[in-house]
Amino acid sequence: MTATVAKAEDGTDTPYALSHLDALESEAVHIFREVAGEFERPVILFSGGKDSIVMLHLALKAFAPAPVPFSLLHVDTGHNFPEVLEYRDRVVAAHGLRLHVASVQDYIDRGVLRERPDGTRNPLQTVPLTEKIQSEKFDAVFGGGRRDEEKARAKERVFSLRDEFSQWDPRRQRPELWNLYNGRHAAGEHVRVFPLSNWTELDVWQYIAREGIELPEIYFAHEREVFARDGMWLTAGEWGGPKAGETVEKRLVRYRTVGDMSCTGAVDSDAVTLEQVITEIAASRLTERGATRADDKMSEAAMEDRKREGYF
Amino acid sequence: MSTITTEELSATTLLRFATAGSVDDGKSTLVGRLLHDSKSVLTDQLEAVQRVSADRGQDGPDLALLTDGLRAEREQGITIDVAYRYFATPRRRFILADTPGHVQYTRNMVTGASTAELTVILVDARNGVVEQTRRHAAIAALLRVPHVVLAVNKMDLVEYKETVFAAIAEEFTAYASELGVPEITAIPISALAGDNVVDPSANMDWYGGPTFLEHLESVPVAHDLSHCHARLPVQYVIRPQSADLPDYRGYAGQIAAGSFRVGDPVTVLPSGSTTKISGIDLLGKPVRIAWTTQSVTILLEDDIDVSRGDLIVPSKDAPATTQDIEATVCHVADAPLTVGHRVLLKHGTRTVKAIVKDIPSRLTLDDLSLHPHPGQLVANDIGRVKIRTAEPLPVDSYADSRRTGSFILIDPADGTTLTAGMVGESFAAPEPVKDASDEDGWDF
Repeated sequence: MTATVAKAEDGTDTPYALSHLDALESEAVHIFREVAGEFERPVILFSGGKDSIVMLHLALKAFAPAPVPFSLLHVDTGHNFPEVLEYRDRVVAAHGLRLHVASVQDYIDRGVLRERPDGTRNPLQTVPLTEKIQSEKFDAVFGGGRRDEEKARAKERVFSLRDEFSQWDPRRQRPELWNLYNGRHAAGEHVRVFPLSNWTELDVWQYIAREGIELPEIYFAHEREVFARDGMWLTAGEWGGPKAGETVEKRLVRYRTVGDMSCTGAVDSDAVTLEQVITEIAASRLTERGATRADDKMSEAAMEDRKREGYF
Repeated sequence: MSTITTEELSATTLLRFATAGSVDDGKSTLVGRLLHDSKSVLTDQLEAVQRVSADRGQDGPDLALLTDGLRAEREQGITIDVAYRYFATPRRRFILADTPGHVQYTRNMVTGASTAELTVILVDARNGVVEQTRRHAAIAALLRVPHVVLAVNKMDLVEYKETVFAAIAEEFTAYASELGVPEITAIPISALAGDNVVDPSANMDWYGGPTFLEHLESVPVAHDLSHCHARLPVQYVIRPQSADLPDYRGYAGQIAAGSFRVGDPVTVLPSGSTTKISGIDLLGKPVRIAWTTQSVTILLEDDIDVSRGDLIVPSKDAPATTQDIEATVCHVADAPLTVGHRVLLKHGTRTVKAIVKDIPSRLTLDDLSLHPHPGQLVANDIGRVKIRTAEPLPVDSYADSRRTGSFILIDPADGTTLTAGMVGESFAAPEPVKDASDEDGWDF
């Protein structure tokens, strides 16, 4: 038995099927609207990276013509790419949004957090993030995490309950049935919400191309002063690189992810348009994290361990 | 696999499917091969697996490490929970709900199958249809997954014999059809050797059907809207209240079934108010028609009271509202569900108080017989339940609509998701309720 395909209104054979991007978009919008309907104080984690940019774009569409009913939260490591901060501030102003900033540098300056010997600040984000969630009483926190990024994330729910310490317990997750998301939580707990759960890196890029979404320039090939460390091209800067023995050279590179400068690597690339970026990713034999993230290589369960502690 | 062009990428559709398999039937191998052959296992992931396997003194890469993502899973060599995996071919993108095959599988399979349009049931060709296969078929029927694939695996171990495959396919098809599974496709494969998974097998030239992947790529995902009752659960009311849009009032939601057109006379439930659709916004741009799974905003001609939790339906095709729901449920929580249990029931976008009035029967998945008045349902049990809700709900039969015929029960104390519910008659031909004498044999 085969399902009959309904005719479209114009009499052509176009079935009532959605393209994969339309299906993912519709699902993500549904998730944004569920949160708006069920939570008191949601916030969108916004780093200025492509995933959070797509999240914001989806939120804008979900509530159009009304404004997005959420504020944004940036966990500022203090080692940001200047182009990304500029982009962040421009977007916030353009849409009349409110931006909260949780600053790792503040915590280090106050002596609450200590700089790691390797200079990597990504793992230091957890404390400022979770304290900000508590102090602002956010009850739903949107993250741009995708299940295709990493095998611990493949186990993540769309609505992921976190306890009062923001901890993730993979063994106590709620089953997610149909599209009936369960956002119940006790006072002090919150729910991490991942509207891009079912998207892949390629989906994100295709969607950016289709929707004509502007990105920070570091996503496209440009000449940059970089040096090699642990098989990655890192940007030279005040954050602590290069060290003795590491030499700076000028290369044509671009970034596949945006994060802390100390652990986010660039890849050799001459892709200057979205089309070229998509072609490059479709042909790549490396995952974006494997190619560009030092922090995920620390141990076999690095991501899981950080997520348990409250990382996004 | 050749490089995918950008044009090909944007023309693809999305298929959500789930696997069901018991331990040792080769599910991991099949998933591993699909991921591997579709370029979804990338070099750095494979290197990580090879590194860990070598550290443990294993000869070759242990592909289970690709899918078992959690520390405890790797330590114990088991899969704890549903994981979602992604891969793509030039023709389609896939979301695979990879469900574990260990003993406590029913709730996981229900979870995976609830969003799936296709379920893969694996069978070991040497063992044929076993109890576990029948359970999987029963759950696929219960969840009304539109397409079922029977993958007869390990054909290499039965000398690729057509007679072995044909006998298994025939037995399964007869059983599953009786349960009401609408479409069954049987494919002989060897996940280990790669026969008929991605490439056609040279060892089984008697098989003229599609390979496993070809079938996944060509199963229809479009909806037949001519028989669907149109349903829009209202998620959120959009009111910009701005200077240029002082009167805009839109009802946002994802269309759960059917289609809506501008001008359609509609009724808002449970209030019963009627009006007409004056406009449809599809994420910011006006359209004349919208259909199922599109997230839209509907504008109404009259200024009537509509809020989150309401259901907009065609006036000529409105479901009855009721406070007494009969349903088949799968209990997914560790604590049991008992008669008298006070719960929350989430249906569409509405959450109401409810009480479990009766548990008339529990299903024995082994032989599909009904065990009367079990008193409670424990984790992984499937049973019939009668629920009284504090407010009237417009529910459809799950047979008519997977979205508006389904609900979840939630523990009001701690928010735990307790139970997955499917409204209406049970899936199988009703069996006479048999005596409660035999307690054994169904502790799945």
